[in-house]
Amino acid sequence: MSPTQPTAKRASGAVRAAKAMACHAAGAFSRAAMATVVGAIVLTSAPMAPVRAGGPKPAAVSDRALAAKIEYCKTCHGLSAQGFRGATTMPRLAGQTVEYVEGQLTAFAERRRANRFMYNVARVLSPEMRAALATHFSGLRAPPLRGGPREFTAEDLVAEGKTIFEEGVPARDVPPCMSCHGQGAKGDSAFPRLAGQPNDYIVAKLQNWNKERGLDPNTPDFSITMQPIVRGLNKSQILAVAAYLSELDP
Amino acid sequence: MMKLISLKTACATLLACALGLSATPVKASGIDNCTGFCHGAAAQGIAQAPRLAGQKPLYIARQLRAFHDRSRDNPLSRQYMWYATENLQDETLRALALQLAALPATPARDGRPELVTAGQTLFENGSPENEIVACVVCHGPQGEGIRDIPRLGGLSYEYLKRRLLQWAEGYHATALHPMPRVARRLSADDIEALASYLSFVQ
Amino acid sequence: MAFGKRLALVGAALAIAWSGAAAADDTAVAKLSDGALRSKIEYCKMCHGENGQGFRGFVPVPRLAGQQPQYFENQLQSAVAGRRHSKLMTDILKSIPPSMRRPLAVHFSQLVAKPLGGAPRDLIAAGRKIFEEGIPEANVPACMACHGEGAKGHNEVPRLAGQLDDYVISKLSNWGSERGQASAEADPVRIMAVVARNLTRSQMSAVAAYVSDQP
Repeated sequence: MSPTQPTAKRASGAVRAAKAMACHAAGAFSRAAMATVVGAIVLTSAPMAPVRAGGPKPAAVSDRALAAKIEYCKTCHGLSAQGFRGATTMPRLAGQTVEYVEGQLTAFAERRRANRFMYNVARVLSPEMRAALATHFSGLRAPPLRGGPREFTAEDLVAEGKTIFEEGVPARDVPPCMSCHGQGAKGDSAFPRLAGQPNDYIVAKLQNWNKERGLDPNTPDFSITMQPIVRGLNKSQILAVAAYLSELDP
Repeated sequence: MMKLISLKTACATLLACALGLSATPVKASGIDNCTGFCHGAAAQGIAQAPRLAGQKPLYIARQLRAFHDRSRDNPLSRQYMWYATENLQDETLRALALQLAALPATPARDGRPELVTAGQTLFENGSPENEIVACVVCHGPQGEGIRDIPRLGGLSYEYLKRRLLQWAEGYHATALHPMPRVARRLSADDIEALASYLSFVQ
Repeated sequence: MAFGKRLALVGAALAIAWSGAAAADDTAVAKLSDGALRSKIEYCKMCHGENGQGFRGFVPVPRLAGQQPQYFENQLQSAVAGRRHSKLMTDILKSIPPSMRRPLAVHFSQLVAKPLGGAPRDLIAAGRKIFEEGIPEANVPACMACHGEGAKGHNEVPRLAGQLDDYVISKLSNWGSERGQASAEADPVRIMAVVARNLTRSQMSAVAAYVSDQP
C-alpha cells in the first residue's frame, strides 16, 4: 500500500490559520494583539519538519522496526487505525494528515499536549520514526467507527452539526470548521482530518482543549487556534458537530 | 458389633499412642500401627479403609484436620477417624502426611472392567448435556491430584463409589467444597463407571 | 436416577402445572428456562467457584465474577464458532442454548467476589508499571488504555481485576494458538496478539500478579 501524500501546503496553511484567527477574533482582540498572535504562529510553525511528498520513508528506520511499531499503534487505535473504544476512546489515525500526526507525536513527547498513555508512546520515538508513522497512517483508508454513547448519536444532531461545520456560529464568532479543516473534513496539513473521528473522542477533546493542549506557555503551538472556538461552542453544539463529523466518510 | 468396637478401640489406642503425644517425626512403627491394623499393609488400603500410600500430602493433612474438627462426618469417619485423630498434633500430622505420600501405590483394580471405557470418557469429558463436570479439571488427566485435591487413580472401586454416594447424600468435608454439588448430578450408572475406571488407573 | 435429576424434573413438572393457568405457552417456556438457567449456573460454579471467583484445580479455572457481559457472550460464541480453542470448555459451551448466553453473562457480571489471590507479591509493583505505562521500547501498550484504570474492562474488553495470575499468564502465553482462530478480520481479540507476542514471560508474570491483586 503506497501512501498518498498531500502536497506541501504548510505555508498556505499558516496563512489560512492567520485568516481564521482574524475572522473570529476580530471582535475579541485588538488588531495589534492579533497581529502578534498570528506572527507567533507563523514563526513557531517554521521549524516543523519538511513535508514529504510521497516516496520512501527515511533510511534511519528499518522496515522491521516500523512494522512492529505500526502493529503496536494499531493495538489501541484499531486494526484498521479507525479508532477503538476501550476504557478510553482512542482516535482514528487512518487518513490523518502527515503534519498533524508528526506534530502531535512531538507535542506528546514534549508534554505540550497532555496524555498519560501517549507520552510514553511518543517519548521513545525518533523523529524519523514519527515521520514514518505519520506517512503510513495518512495513507490508510477505513470506514468510520460507528457506535458510541447513545446521547451522541441522536438523528437531529447530525443536521445541526452539518450547519455548524459549513457555516460556523457567527453569533459566537465561531468560523466554519470547513474553512480550516477542508471539504469533507479531510484536513489540510497542520489542520487535522476530522472525518470519521469517533464522536465521543471529538466531544472529549473539544471539552478538554485547554486542559490538554498548548501546555507550554513558552512554546505556543497550533493548538492555540482552537481556543476561541472551544470557548464559543456550547455543549449541544459540540455534540452536534461531533455527531456530524463522526459519520463523514469522504 | 463386638468385633467393630474392639477394632475401633485398638486403632484409636494405637494411633493415639503413636501420634498424639509425640512432637517428633512419626517412627516407621507408628505408621505400621496405623496402616497395618486399619489401612492395610504398606498403607495400600483394605476393606473400607482407603489406600493412603501415594496420596497428595496436603490432602492427607487436610483430611486429618477435618477428622479432628469433625467436619468430615460420614458414618465411617465418625466411627473410626474421629477417635483416631482426637489428640493429633500439627507437626505429627504433617510428618505423617509426607511419609504416606512417599509410599509407592498399587491400583486396587477391583472395579467392573466392562465399564472402564465409559468411566474414562466421563472422567475426561464430563457430560455437558447432563451438567456433569469433567473430573480432569481438578483431579488431573491421570487422576493424580494436586495440592489439596486428592489423587483418585487406583483407589478402590468400593471406596470411590461410597464416597460419591455420600457426597450426594449430603455428607460434608469443608465449606465451599465442590464435590457435593458435583456428585448430585451423577446417576448410579455414572458412579459405577467412574469408580470402576479409576480403580484401574496407575 | 440421581436426586438432582429427580428434583429438576419435579420442578419442571410443577412449573408446567403452575403456568397452565397463565395465558401463553411462552410463560411455560420462561419458567422452565428459569430452572434450566439456575441449574446451568450451578454447574458453571462447580468449577468456577461458588461466587464465580475462580478456582485452582489441576488447571487454573478463571474468575467470572464481575466480567463484562459483552466479553462473556463473545467468548461463548467464539468457542462454539471455533475461533477460540479450549479443549476443556468447547463441549460445555456448545451445550448452552444461545438464548441462555445473555442471562448467564448478566448473572456473572453481577457477582461480587474478593480476588482469589495467590500471586507472588513482590511482582506487583513491576506489574503496575507495565499496566499503567506499557513498555514503549518493546511495543507493549499500556493495558490501562483499554482495560481501564481498575482493570474492570469495558464492553468487549474484559475485566482483568481479580483474575487468577496463573490463568492470565497461561492465556497470554498461548494467545496465538488459542484465540482468533479461523477468524475473519473482525475478531476484536486479534488486538491482543501483538501484546501477547511482545511481552516476555517475566513481564507477563508481573502484570498478571498486579491485575490478580486488583479488587
